[in-house]
Amino acid sequence: MKPSLILRTTSTPILLLAALYSLYILLRGHNAPGGGFIGGLIAGVGILFYAIGRGRDDALRLLRLPPIAFCAIGVSCALVSGLFGLLPGTDYLTHQWSEIDLLGFAFPLGTTLLFDLGVYLTVLGTVSTIFLNLVRR
Amino acid sequence: MHASLALPVLLSFFMGIAAVCCGRRWVSSLAVLTATATCVLYAQFVPQVLDGHVITSPFWQITALDIVGGLRLDGLGALFAVLISAIGALVFLYAGRYLHGDTRRHRLLVVLLFFMGSMLGAVTADDVIILFIFWELTSLASFFLIGYDHEIPEARHAALQSLLITAGGGLALLAGFILIADAAGTTSLSGILGARAAVLSHPQSMTAMGLIILGCFTKSAQFPFHFWLPNAMAAPTPVSAYLHSATMVKLGVYLLARLSPLYSGTAAWHGTLVLFGALTAFTGILLAFRHTDLKRILAYTTVSALGLLTLLLGAGTELAIIAALAFLMVHALYKASLFLLAGIIDHATGVRDIRQLRGLGRAMPLTAVFTALAALSMAGVPPLLGFVAKELVYESLLAGPHHALATIILTFVVNAGTVALAILLSVRIFAGPRQPTPVLPHDPPWAMLTGPAVLATIGLIAGVALSAVTEPWIRTAATAVLGYPTVHALSMWHGLTPVLGLSAVTIALGILLYCAWTPVHRRLVATTAIDRLAPERAYDAILAGMLSLAHGVTMFVQGGSLRTYLRTLFAVATAALLVTLLGREAFLWPGISVDPLDLRYLAFVGIIVGALAAARARTAFVAVIAAGLTGFGAALVFLFFGAPDVSFTQFSVETLLVVILASTLAQVPIPTADIRSRSQKRCDAVIGIAFGAAITLTLLSLLAVPLDLRLTAWFGENSLLAARGRNVVNVILVDFRALDTLGETTVLAIAAFAVHSLLRRARRVRALPAHSNRK
Repeated sequence: MKPSLILRTTSTPILLLAALYSLYILLRGHNAPGGGFIGGLIAGVGILFYAIGRGRDDALRLLRLPPIAFCAIGVSCALVSGLFGLLPGTDYLTHQWSEIDLLGFAFPLGTTLLFDLGVYLTVLGTVSTIFLNLVRR
Repeated sequence: MHASLALPVLLSFFMGIAAVCCGRRWVSSLAVLTATATCVLYAQFVPQVLDGHVITSPFWQITALDIVGGLRLDGLGALFAVLISAIGALVFLYAGRYLHGDTRRHRLLVVLLFFMGSMLGAVTADDVIILFIFWELTSLASFFLIGYDHEIPEARHAALQSLLITAGGGLALLAGFILIADAAGTTSLSGILGARAAVLSHPQSMTAMGLIILGCFTKSAQFPFHFWLPNAMAAPTPVSAYLHSATMVKLGVYLLARLSPLYSGTAAWHGTLVLFGALTAFTGILLAFRHTDLKRILAYTTVSALGLLTLLLGAGTELAIIAALAFLMVHALYKASLFLLAGIIDHATGVRDIRQLRGLGRAMPLTAVFTALAALSMAGVPPLLGFVAKELVYESLLAGPHHALATIILTFVVNAGTVALAILLSVRIFAGPRQPTPVLPHDPPWAMLTGPAVLATIGLIAGVALSAVTEPWIRTAATAVLGYPTVHALSMWHGLTPVLGLSAVTIALGILLYCAWTPVHRRLVATTAIDRLAPERAYDAILAGMLSLAHGVTMFVQGGSLRTYLRTLFAVATAALLVTLLGREAFLWPGISVDPLDLRYLAFVGIIVGALAAARARTAFVAVIAAGLTGFGAALVFLFFGAPDVSFTQFSVETLLVVILASTLAQVPIPTADIRSRSQKRCDAVIGIAFGAAITLTLLSLLAVPLDLRLTAWFGENSLLAARGRNVVNVILVDFRALDTLGETTVLAIAAFAVHSLLRRARRVRALPAHSNRK
């Protein structure tokens, strides 16, 4: 069963859009609807379309790492983000914030972002693990 | 000073991780360096500790969880810590050479490093919870090390057995710890020892003591749990030397010693320890005579030594405690070196059977010398430390209030047996004419000989320089165990006392037993009653029973039909809801008004159409797409009624669900048409409608209850101030309830791992039929 030409051609732009949009959703999550979970799901949808359009092997090559590795990295990110709370002597997972000067704007950056990135990667990893294991090449 | 005591522990763990990364080339040097560094780190505290000071560090206090003990190094802890790290360095040096050419050896060394860290953490922990965690980590490390040769079924069996027994005992220990911590009002070990009266007057104090003793007995291979230790000899020899003779199995003894001040004077404590210690010591020696495998003989003598240690701690007098500590020290030294030497002999000849090893002395002179030195200490011959320890054992048993004749006779027999086995392991192997072996024997390289040589020599030095070297260690450790300072002086020569006579008779009887080894061995092998009464049979029976019970329950609960599962789930949920709502009259009619012209209600139409279409669908494909329609309808509802986050997620999940299900259906060769019978369909329809009705009634009742907005208000107020975020949902997820999210994320990852391994396996298994079904 060969995927249609339309699906093949559109899978890359859809993936790019999904990836960008998922990152946007991840970053704005703290102040507007969004966050790591939704972002990861959206990125997963992108990978999924890519795998349908271009085949499982192309999707695996695109990810570079085995999909299950994203779960491991994600959980590690979330675990590590909590360690920063120990530095000033507070409890584990007490998130820390600092202002980063970016082109004249004070840009707040917190360890919550690392935590949310962990969630994002885990969700992405889970979705792609399930899907890429289910489809045959 | 804050983290100084934690440093050796952390170092071991971090170097373990570093060793994973650095690959097999440098791993053994790294391991040796790490162990040496930890030893040096402890050595800097030694002068203070031997002066009677106690070093504490608040590391690993988690006040939020009421874990307040931290770390603590006193005489007992220092004795263990130095033994563990020093023997560790020698064993790592040995292991690097022993496993030369084994491509997986870095794995072994990495786990050994983790083990060393856990062990050091356990003996310096001043908190029962921290102690328990490290305790279980050592069991886990032991599991991986015994199962190192995982392609051998016996190794896997032995690994599982040791894990089930020691980790199972660990759970009993945890329960006991929680009981005494509850009674004392603190988890700190020194706090618990200080609150002796409160702990002992607690109504569950005997249960707590029993549970703790159980945990210690499983770890230290006391009867009837002794059988896991000889089976653990499936591990490579350096592991046997380190874990299963010198360190890990002594952890139970350590804890018994640690808790001695708490329970001394309690009759049940003394009685249990003396009884089981004596039983274990005798069983160990008896079974040692039944075996011809070098490592198994050594393992059974270890069991016997652990029994003797427990017996002495049970006797509990000042002298008995000193004897126990001296014996513990000497046993760690000679047993580790004998194990390492057994590995050398195995390596050099390719044989481990004592009957085929004769007259190796000429071919392996250095090995012979150090084996003899270690064996002399084991036999308790002056001027080695083993002699001092044995004298102390006899002296304490004769003088103590528990000087039941049976105990003394039993100890005497056990010691004589030990002497016989020491001769068996040295004289028989090395003296006399040489027997041909598969490999031509030779002395090992220096890296392998250093460990046993150093350990055996320390046994000699510690005996000769008794008052200068050994005594301060034993005295400070005994002070920690007794709870008051002791002034007892060790000495090699007591004069012509009954104790000396007993020692001499022990050695004489040992020589006699050695001469009679062949007939005794044959006789014991022929005695099948020992096999029939072995506790290992009970273990096997219990394990088999549990497996068949689990199999039966699983078959009953999970027949394998997804339809049955779903029917059961929905039927039970419906029944529970309806019983609560109607039976308890919990149903309320909400007073809500509905504007029929609100266009947002169109989303509900989508849900209803989707549900009806799914119910009427003839193929699974259509059903999936229809079910997707209901999901998107629900997402729209969330979007319209003020839950954008949930709506977002719902959209993504629905997309994924439809695509994954559809593409799976397209590829998996399952019949997609509905194959249910008419009556089944009717039954499903009834369950479905009832479930829908129950949910509707529940939601209506919920709407009738006034909404409690306190939490909403609190999060709304604090989200921006405390957590710097305007999206309250996300702030709750990543900050206020971050630990919950972390747990959920981990669950998700674990599920992904399960799916990954399941599907990979399924693909491999079904590779052929799947191919033939491809369209």
